[in-house]
Amino acid sequence: MSRFSNLGHRLYQGEVSFDFVGRRKLWYSISGVIVLVAAIGLAMGLHLGIEFKGGSVYTVQKSGLTVSQAQTAVNDVTHGTTALVQSTDNGKVRIQISSEVEQSPDSIRSGLAKELSVPVAEIDSQVIGPSWGEQISHKALLGLVIFMVLVTVYMAIAFEWRMAVAALVALIHDLLITIGVYALVGFEVTPGTVIGFLTILGYSLYDTVVVFDTVKENTKGLTKQSKLTYSEAANAGLNQTLVRSINTTVVALLPVAALLFIGGGLLGAGTLNDISLALFIGLAAGAYSSICVATPLLAQLKEEQPEMKALAKRVAQRRASEAKAAAEAAGEGTPEGEEFADEDLPAGMVGQRGQAPGRSRAKGRPTGKR
Amino acid sequence: MATPKSRPRDGYPGRALALILVVTVGLVALMFGTGNTKPRLGIDLAGGTSITLTAESDDPKAINKSNMNIAVAIIQKRVNAMGVSEAEVQTEGDKNIVVNIPKGGDKESAADQVGTTAKLFFRPVLAYAPSGVQAQAPTASPSASASGSAAPAPTASATATGGSTAAPTPSASGTKAGRALGEALTADAASPSPTATAPAASPAASAPAASAPAAAPSAAATAPSAADLSAALTQGTVPADLQAQFAALDCSVDAQRKDYQTADLTKPTVACSSDKEQGYYNKFALGPVQVNGSDISKAQATIDTQNAAGWQVQLQFNDNGSKAFATTTGQLATQAPPANQFAVVLDGGVVSHPQVRESIPGGSAVISGSFTQDEAQGLANVLNFGALPLSFAQSDVVTVSPQLGGDQLKAGLIAGLIGMILVILYSLVYYRGLGLVSIAGLLVSAALTYSIMSLLGAGIGFALNLPAVCGAIVAIGITADSFIVYFERIRDEVREGAPLRPAVQRAWPRARRTILVSDFVSFLCAAVLYLVSVGKVQGFAFTLGLTTALDVVVIFLFTKPLITLLARKKFFSDGHPWSGLDPKRLGARPPIRGTRRRNSAPAATKEA
Repeated sequence: MSRFSNLGHRLYQGEVSFDFVGRRKLWYSISGVIVLVAAIGLAMGLHLGIEFKGGSVYTVQKSGLTVSQAQTAVNDVTHGTTALVQSTDNGKVRIQISSEVEQSPDSIRSGLAKELSVPVAEIDSQVIGPSWGEQISHKALLGLVIFMVLVTVYMAIAFEWRMAVAALVALIHDLLITIGVYALVGFEVTPGTVIGFLTILGYSLYDTVVVFDTVKENTKGLTKQSKLTYSEAANAGLNQTLVRSINTTVVALLPVAALLFIGGGLLGAGTLNDISLALFIGLAAGAYSSICVATPLLAQLKEEQPEMKALAKRVAQRRASEAKAAAEAAGEGTPEGEEFADEDLPAGMVGQRGQAPGRSRAKGRPTGKR
Repeated sequence: MATPKSRPRDGYPGRALALILVVTVGLVALMFGTGNTKPRLGIDLAGGTSITLTAESDDPKAINKSNMNIAVAIIQKRVNAMGVSEAEVQTEGDKNIVVNIPKGGDKESAADQVGTTAKLFFRPVLAYAPSGVQAQAPTASPSASASGSAAPAPTASATATGGSTAAPTPSASGTKAGRALGEALTADAASPSPTATAPAASPAASAPAASAPAAAPSAAATAPSAADLSAALTQGTVPADLQAQFAALDCSVDAQRKDYQTADLTKPTVACSSDKEQGYYNKFALGPVQVNGSDISKAQATIDTQNAAGWQVQLQFNDNGSKAFATTTGQLATQAPPANQFAVVLDGGVVSHPQVRESIPGGSAVISGSFTQDEAQGLANVLNFGALPLSFAQSDVVTVSPQLGGDQLKAGLIAGLIGMILVILYSLVYYRGLGLVSIAGLLVSAALTYSIMSLLGAGIGFALNLPAVCGAIVAIGITADSFIVYFERIRDEVREGAPLRPAVQRAWPRARRTILVSDFVSFLCAAVLYLVSVGKVQGFAFTLGLTTALDVVVIFLFTKPLITLLARKKFFSDGHPWSGLDPKRLGARPPIRGTRRRNSAPAATKEA
């Protein structure tokens, strides 16, 4: 741990720095591939739970009841229609019957109770009208759109429109990835999953907001100097908050992981599992996207600004002249020159890792910076 | 920070701490004091049946708040009629009604009955008779005991001839026995309920066969004179094909008291009165449907001040209904009692059977009688419901056995516990001494959340369902995140070489902004979800919003002051290795103040 907290320190001081912003192309291509795959998955279609199709689900608990026994019993009750019978991890049998079966749920339930000799009251059932899922999806979509609009407006006011755009892109990115994973793996999408998806909205942004807050702080008054470009300053901010981001993500994931473990392990399929699975994927994607998608995108947008372009130019000029001076000094071959070059590097340091030895040599020297 | 010189630089953390502790203890005490020590559990956790009905209509405008409320009232009545206690019927979203029948109450029929569309018909009464054990056959040669009928409607009073009626016949009209149809409809003063004696006061008690109006009904109510049922078979001619059915109908038997209003509305049928408040039922032979309930455009209970006739129900028909009603009333008015009555049949039960005095054109009518306010409003509701162009589809019917519900709850609680322990362990390992602060903060947060949920259960009927439990568990992460944001900020300051006390103060405004901004986003998400969502999502959104709000409270009133206090303690301010704020471990350079801002531009601009 101490090494880890030390890493936190070195990240903060910029001794160790990961160039997230500079490698945006890498992240974009990774994200692009993931999103593409997710989109393909989506095109293949989601595996919608019975809530979205209509039908009925019965859960029977009886010791020693096997799936095939249950299947036989169901077929007897419904006269041969194909019901989906699964055993859940906790010794229960779950029977799904599509809404095409024209038999009242009550009669199916009592029929099952009779066939399996279980009290009717102990058969849990859920009967879902075909339009229910449509309503849920519709509402979820409505909520999604309203939330996105509101949060974009809010972020545009609290921060600036570029940040709002970047956050929104990251948000859509997270949603796509999460839904894509569902489509590809074939997890069942239930209303619980939808809850999970929707929660990702808030959480993904929570993460992004924490990072942006630091980036905003770090880049305040940036145009007044000529040592750092916006991208570099943003990257520095990102690195400073890296430990924080990791910690908040870990802490957020721990309870969700507990939910996932308990929900899946003890209860088998169910609401707990549905919510926590979606959350888990979404949270992980959210942590990634706020670092690797949102901030680089923000930097890219900012660099388009004339004043940031001018800044980048100044920084480049300054570096060029410094490099020239350093080269000249090096040409003289004096050891001091090396020192000197080292000394001046902090300006570009954030973008250039591998300077740590130099840094540590400089460490403890009370002078040297501006 | 512009703190006045008179106060300590870091304020009075004790006050905020005292405040939140008082609030927490107060809420917990209130929870125990009122005995609501447990949150109310939803069906999925406690077991029971939950039915979600979705309104459907060809006319989207019809699905509005007032129509939904009327529907809720009607459904409530239906559920209660099934003998289900503690059932709860409420609207959810803008077009759903949720019926919760707790504790695995295995009312299998509930699901079937609860959601069926209310069917309201006006059918002419052919004959009626008491039915059922307690019903001592009332005498009732109607002409003999005609009561002075009810108060005629204002306009009607002039023309009203006072409907005589088969009055004493104990009408089942139960709760809202319409007693008079104004505007030429008069009450079938039939209801033997005590209020039925009111006709005595009726201004236009010009009953043709005026026997002592006051006496007759009351007598009927208390002791219907014995006569055999066939005698009580009021004069109307029951068509031959209906005769047997009518004779065989015994309304005191549950199974027979069902909806006989078959699909063929053009045929006569039989019906029972829908209530048995008087201890007996009436059975009716009814003619074909004359007016459909959906042709009523409006019904409302009003008070007739002009004639001091008390509460009455005003009816308004649409074009279609007006024509049909005019024709029907024209025909009925010429009939002899009881065939001059029409029955208001809701869901197969006769709710009211007022008498018609004359043809009523124009599409508006008044049913007057000796209504109490409740009765009038009840009848108006019934009539309105028939007017609702709404039908309900069962969207989701869930039956959960108490055992499964208990399992789910247990799993949720265990998951929460494990999640909490993991988070606590993580903060202890990573933040050491500071971790204790986050544990305390989590505990305060948990106490507040729990007590507020319990109190809300009693207060606004908030029921904790499984998604809500998930929301609470997820919130552990959100709460801990805020601590981390603050802790990391403090450590950043310490890294830069600041002594702890100033570091705590300097870190706060920045951490505060981050926490507020991100909590606002979470809260916005929860609020939007709560407002637009349906079903389970709402419970989740509610918990998430509640805990996010509490997160802000806890961090402002608890965490920040506590840390301020701790920063004054030697253990923390000296950066003890176990405090989590050890400058060495954090890599802060020994406090050479001059170089604190050593990290070139990023740090420099931070100060800007």
